[in-house]
Amino acid sequence: MTLLLGAKGLDLKFDIIAALDDVALDVTTGEVVAIVGESGSGKTTLLRVLAGQMAPDAGTVHYLGRDMLGMTEAERRRLMRSDWGFVHQNPRDGLRMSVSAGGNVGERLMANGVRHYGNIRDEAKAWLQRVEIDAARIDDLPRYFSGGMQQRLQIARTLVTRPRLVFMDEPTGGLDVSVQARLLDLIRALVRELGLSVLIVTHDIAAARLLADRILVMRRGQVVEQGLTDRVLDDPQHPYTQLLVSSVLAA
Amino acid sequence: MSILLRTEGLGKSFTLHLQGGTRIPVLAGIDLAVQAGECVALSGPSGAGKSTLMRCLYGNYGAGVGRIVLTHRGAELDLASAEPRAVIEARRESIGYVSQFLRVIPRISARDIVAEPMMARGMARDAALSRASALLDRLNLPERLHSLPPATFSGGEQQRVNLVRGFGPGYPVLLLDEPTASLDAANRAIVIGLILEVKQAGTAIIGIFHDAEVREAVADRVFTVEPMQDAA
Repeated sequence: MTLLLGAKGLDLKFDIIAALDDVALDVTTGEVVAIVGESGSGKTTLLRVLAGQMAPDAGTVHYLGRDMLGMTEAERRRLMRSDWGFVHQNPRDGLRMSVSAGGNVGERLMANGVRHYGNIRDEAKAWLQRVEIDAARIDDLPRYFSGGMQQRLQIARTLVTRPRLVFMDEPTGGLDVSVQARLLDLIRALVRELGLSVLIVTHDIAAARLLADRILVMRRGQVVEQGLTDRVLDDPQHPYTQLLVSSVLAA
Repeated sequence: MSILLRTEGLGKSFTLHLQGGTRIPVLAGIDLAVQAGECVALSGPSGAGKSTLMRCLYGNYGAGVGRIVLTHRGAELDLASAEPRAVIEARRESIGYVSQFLRVIPRISARDIVAEPMMARGMARDAALSRASALLDRLNLPERLHSLPPATFSGGEQQRVNLVRGFGPGYPVLLLDEPTASLDAANRAIVIGLILEVKQAGTAIIGIFHDAEVREAVADRVFTVEPMQDAA
């Protein structure tokens, strides 16, 4: 169990509103950590700061002992191409819509130095099948895919280079409920198979329960409660967590 | 014999912040110990806190006061104060919990649901799948159901999947919350046989058995959980 990502004392203000207020968090290898909370709680801001897309006013972020905030843009981009993956809520933010499905997957491989075209195409095909997209669609543009398929393609594009740490921002956000279940199930299986570490932001309590080992509950920029996923959800201590858990309708 | 799980002065209360901070004390001063090869039955009236105690023992509820000491990797681990990662590791290797209801995962077959914790405990995939099939057979779950997700199964069928999931990996400590509640007489007898077998093999068991026949057959002794208002 190695500490992959560690953050301490993160503060960030938008005008006078605290988006992050003394937030600390760590992620070890093979661990899935969920950040839950309502819109405006600061959870997406936290994900962005941790992924180096936004600078905090104060605090530290370390990845495998390296200071992320002192890293150059080129170093950070290299990390983003190799060790890290980012799955956006809207697949259009993570895909290249004018490039074929196979190209979207192959591009990440090429960025990591794979050159043999046949190998790239085979690997792309294998990944399409892995995320349950018919390999015959390899030359189609993602714009002709359904929302669920686009999201699965984004996941294939992200995981093809075998990242160690994957950031996910509401990966099931814009999808139909039936499609959500399939996607969650797929993410769950891939995480186990590949031994990924995942930091996932979601407002979906059921998704957090299904995927996460640990959970952090955020409200107004603060982590109000954290711990073992099933304990936080079944025996919530903080008033806000109790409200959040009791507000979920049982199907 | 060695004690595999014990509590020291365990207490638990719930504070309902949404109901004006009402505090409900459920457990206090629980001192319970179970040895390898022993089965302790929790008794007490409905609402006394038996299921709450079970959930505390598994770390699903946080203990308010006291210690919950589990033998894990040859050392003592206090589940009441352990870090989440340590609790996850203990659940993977040392302690299993059969709840009354199966939490089904969409699209995953009964066989895979059952094999999963065995593989997590280190069994090879093929071995885990064949053990899963054998145990599902033993509990009379028709073979045509093994490859289906249990969402559409009957209550009794789901409970049998849940039992196999708990018994499959061979945890040294097992918590059983009404393991035979939805089963018919024939399947109840099979579960009794399974419990006696793992006891023989040295498993320490704490269970809630409302069925007197089952309790008589498997329990070595009874631990009574007193309702708080009576105990006070």
